[in-house]
Amino acid sequence: MGKKIREVDDRFKKFGTVSFTSITKINDFVDYLEKGQVVGTKCKDCGLSFFPARADCYQCLSSNMEWFEVSGTGKLITYSKLEYAPVGFGDDLPYAIALLDYGDYKVFGRLAPDLSEDEISVGMEMTTVVNQLPNGQMNYVFQKA
Amino acid sequence: MGKIGIIGVGQTPFVRGYPGSIRELAFDGFKDAMGDAQISAKDIDASIICSAPEYDKQRSPAGVFAEYLGLTPQPTFYLESLCSSSSMGVRTAYALVKSGLHDVVVVIGFQKMSEISSAESQERMGRGADIQWESPFGTMMPAYYAMYARGHMEKYGTTPDDLALIRVKAATYGQINEKAVYRKPVNFEMFSDPDNAMSGPVASPLRVGDCCANADGSSCVIVASEEKAKSFSKKPVWILGLGSASTAVNMAGRDLFSGLTVAQQAGEQAYKMAGISAKDVDVAEVHDCFTIAELMAYENLGFAKPGEGKELIKGKETYKEGSIPVNVDGGLLSKGHPIGATGGSQIRTIVLQLRGEAGDMQVKDPEIGLVHNIGGVGLYGNVTVLGR
Repeated sequence: MGKKIREVDDRFKKFGTVSFTSITKINDFVDYLEKGQVVGTKCKDCGLSFFPARADCYQCLSSNMEWFEVSGTGKLITYSKLEYAPVGFGDDLPYAIALLDYGDYKVFGRLAPDLSEDEISVGMEMTTVVNQLPNGQMNYVFQKA
Repeated sequence: MGKIGIIGVGQTPFVRGYPGSIRELAFDGFKDAMGDAQISAKDIDASIICSAPEYDKQRSPAGVFAEYLGLTPQPTFYLESLCSSSSMGVRTAYALVKSGLHDVVVVIGFQKMSEISSAESQERMGRGADIQWESPFGTMMPAYYAMYARGHMEKYGTTPDDLALIRVKAATYGQINEKAVYRKPVNFEMFSDPDNAMSGPVASPLRVGDCCANADGSSCVIVASEEKAKSFSKKPVWILGLGSASTAVNMAGRDLFSGLTVAQQAGEQAYKMAGISAKDVDVAEVHDCFTIAELMAYENLGFAKPGEGKELIKGKETYKEGSIPVNVDGGLLSKGHPIGATGGSQIRTIVLQLRGEAGDMQVKDPEIGLVHNIGGVGLYGNVTVLGR
């Protein structure tokens, strides 16, 4: 009898320039990214929506969740353009981290790298789109609506 | 149960590249506080060791330090809440003494940041936020606080020049604090001089001069019951109020981007417990890891109305001679920010102020002092009110 190989579902390691999490119950998030969709989760029992996605609802302690797509536009709340980067992110410089308000939820991510600083203003409407990174990883970025 | 007092405070100089190991670093801060309290290790019932993890290799430093400092066989444990670890340690010590479980508890905060590079340090700090959803975007502390700075500027018209004034104040006092890592003067013109390091961009809208200095250091606060405090100390300083709060780690889970809710909540709790209001505070230490953090603290603690914090610094009201002196020891910006040691160092400054022993930094006859110590990007907030 050969030794059994335990299959590990570590799809989440594809998320971000550097991923610090490989195994999570919401690994399907990465499959949606590969289909071009950014998704959050909604509790089927109490209706609370979550972004970022969660496997479990803190309001009713249910784990009965469904996916929803981040669609339409969100308002740019704030952002910062980085001139220095943590270890592992230096090749991405310069880049800007930012936060969009979609009303029911907010999305934290990066501004699209081709946006120049004079095109950006707090309060502008933006969309969230999937982005392929040069190192084969994936994330999502905000573009002008 | 009676009051709870602080009978000894100490800290090492905050330095770049401490020439020793972490246990030796802890020893130096501990020795300073023991000299201050004039007690011996056998008088201490328990120790709480505080730092932010992963800057050094030691797992579970509590046992190592307790042995090195002669604090065995008394109980010891490790406690962390990032940059507010040692304030949380003092809060915990208060509870241990107030409950009657112990009479004297020592809180030691430490950090040896120089064991890793600055970029590695930014990566560690970034992982104090949400590693599943935010760190993969390449986050770091200056950029997070920069998002708050932009939020404040958009909402209230605050400018980078307003923030520069806070750095100038910090350097004014860093120059006269022999424990500070950054002893040089900083003037306002440096921020508009492209050849000066202070004006260099870090994470817009924050510049190099807006950011605190990494440092190695340790701090120590000795907490005692009223009975022990009165028997050991001629000038005990009393813990009058404690407040503590937390919030969503992910920016997407928050609603306020021009202030820190944890500071508002911890401040309200501490004022209520002490039976005072903001106007009763005579001297304060606030967590100025970045200039914007000090400006938000003015407003979150009620020293100024929301949006009006900039008027306090423009009018020099937070200088030593002003109506509410803040960070007159140089703050994190100039004194330095060895993460786990910072809260204890802030408490030390206020204790010395209340005892009238702050030397050139002494504020005139303060009766009530406040410490505001934040962990992560406004993730954990601790406010401590102290009185004579």
